[in-house]
Amino acid sequence: MTQRTTARPEGRRPGPGRPRRAAGRWSAPARPVWEEPPGRAGLAAKGTLLVLACLAVLFPLWIVVVTSLSSKKTITETGGLVIVPRDLTFVAYQELLGGGQVTRAAIVSVLVTVTGTLFSMTVSVLCAYGLSRTGSLGHRFILLALMATMFFGAGLIPTYLLVQTLGLTDTYLALILPSAVSVFNILVLRGFFMGISPELVDSARIDGAGDLRILWRIVMPLSRAVIAVITLFYAVGYWSAWFNASIYLGDQNMMPLQNVLIQLVQKQEIPVGLGQAVKAGNLSGLAVQMAVMVLALLPVAVLSPFVQKHFRKGMLTGAVKG
Amino acid sequence: MTTLDTETADPAAEPGAHRGGLRRRARRPGPDGARGRDRRPDHRTGRIPLGRRFRRDRTLLLMTVPALLLVLVFNYIPILGNVVAFQDYDPYVSTNGVTAMLESPWVGLAQFERVLSDPGFRHAVENTFVLFLLQLLLFFPIPIALALLVNSVLRPRVRAVVQAVLYLPHFFSWVLVVTVFQQILGGAGIIAQTLREHGHEGFDLMTDPEVFKFLVTAEGIWKDAGWGVIVFLAALAAVDQDLYEAAAMDGAGRWRRMWHVTLPALRPVIALLLVLRVGDALTVGFEQLLLQRDAVGPGAAEVLDTFVWWTGLRSQDFSYAAAAGLIKGVVGLVLVLSANKAAHLMGEQGVYRK
Repeated sequence: MTQRTTARPEGRRPGPGRPRRAAGRWSAPARPVWEEPPGRAGLAAKGTLLVLACLAVLFPLWIVVVTSLSSKKTITETGGLVIVPRDLTFVAYQELLGGGQVTRAAIVSVLVTVTGTLFSMTVSVLCAYGLSRTGSLGHRFILLALMATMFFGAGLIPTYLLVQTLGLTDTYLALILPSAVSVFNILVLRGFFMGISPELVDSARIDGAGDLRILWRIVMPLSRAVIAVITLFYAVGYWSAWFNASIYLGDQNMMPLQNVLIQLVQKQEIPVGLGQAVKAGNLSGLAVQMAVMVLALLPVAVLSPFVQKHFRKGMLTGAVKG
Repeated sequence: MTTLDTETADPAAEPGAHRGGLRRRARRPGPDGARGRDRRPDHRTGRIPLGRRFRRDRTLLLMTVPALLLVLVFNYIPILGNVVAFQDYDPYVSTNGVTAMLESPWVGLAQFERVLSDPGFRHAVENTFVLFLLQLLLFFPIPIALALLVNSVLRPRVRAVVQAVLYLPHFFSWVLVVTVFQQILGGAGIIAQTLREHGHEGFDLMTDPEVFKFLVTAEGIWKDAGWGVIVFLAALAAVDQDLYEAAAMDGAGRWRRMWHVTLPALRPVIALLLVLRVGDALTVGFEQLLLQRDAVGPGAAEVLDTFVWWTGLRSQDFSYAAAAGLIKGVVGLVLVLSANKAAHLMGEQGVYRK
């Protein structure tokens, strides 16, 4: 986060009497002269609070990961969840990813997420660009029509009846189409596109570029940050979704990963085909459950920090501009 | 999560800048001089004939078609489907939903009367309201406090790491969050397990209706309080640093600066988020509650959304559920609009402008 340092440039400059040190990103920028240095108690309190907040997030995840990697013996000895890692093993993952219910569910989830995200992004970016020029024909009306949906939802039952009437039940389209467009995301993209210098767009038009080419060649490359954020939002949405699958899909074999996770953990079931391995071998049912959880959280936990520095843009440039 | 106006948080992008500089006072040029859109002729004067405007903008219009179609089909057409709330809808009377709607008998407001006199519905309203209040009281202040805390960290790397950790749970699905809580607080969870090892009675917070509402709030905090920090951090970054210096020169200490400079700067954002939350009061975590409804029972976990789901999709009483859903939708709409009105009256920016 650099806003802080640019906001007070005097913080970066080493004072005349101070030895010049390399401005590493780990070191604190110097305080402005008027700011009193924090007391020791204050620092300690602040540090404790921050560490506690981070631990509240990380400790449960640690337990899940360690348990998923523990052997049946360790889990029996500790009587359940494992906190201290001992003789770790990947046997749960090997069994889960060696084919069968969970493997299939993971593949379904990946495919739905990738297809859905591509589809949503295409539709949203096109729409956002189409609305990004104020004063274009029908621009206000379309914007209002989109924004109105943010205030009034049609409700679960009519939506369900519609999806049924369209014949989408028991198809993967039911997991993608009803939630494909997020008006909020379109507004964020549009807000960003509107901030792009019009001289650039105009000069491209004078050179003979059509709107599609301008979007592809100029607007999108300049909006990489916000596109990354919105892609993540859509992808996380598809990856985390389970409700639509639970009401629109009847076939257990079609279920995505989250729904399988509900069955496994909430109802304490063992994945189909693994019962034997759990009874006989070195595989613990608990480790299997935890391993499915890790599979469900891994992609998100790995990808989101990369986009982190752009979150602010994704959250805030969505100004509702007339 | 929210639709925020840039003006509150990011003064660099000014909404309304495209209105043209002619009618308004001259604008302060931006740091990079990129205020070119001010010079663009105002299209809204309507001096260009419609046909030419259409030819000029048809590619743009075409680009919005896919999104509009999807919104039309999945957001607007279902609104019409709410007519089943005024019927005694029977899905099996015909081969598909639309013809079944046409053939089902009309019953006027009978379904609404049934809903409003149903103790189950009233109970769901009560639960929704209590949960909303709990979330407002316990959840709402936490992101503000966390933002102040994170903002006081000066080292960029430390800050980035803390932020990454705090944002993480927002991206986990409710299935994961509920499961994590179950594994820690549930009957077979880590706390009950440790207690049993030390000879105490085990317990299961996950199925205890008494504490369920606090549990739901805690889950919400774990998942989204860190994410809520972003908005406040942005507002904090936009505070003019000279204000702090001036206050310090006048002898204001650390806490007085926070009270007289930082908090007033956060006020518009806080007001806006409060308004958004109140407007959305009837939505208190549908997926989250649905996942735990079986464990704790409908007595503690039934809210409006799960009530609609249960009566409609489980008991197949479509008309009844649609009536309940419609009540929720209309009341929700009134809430959003009046919350906005309240924000305007308070002199703050609402979600939309008048």
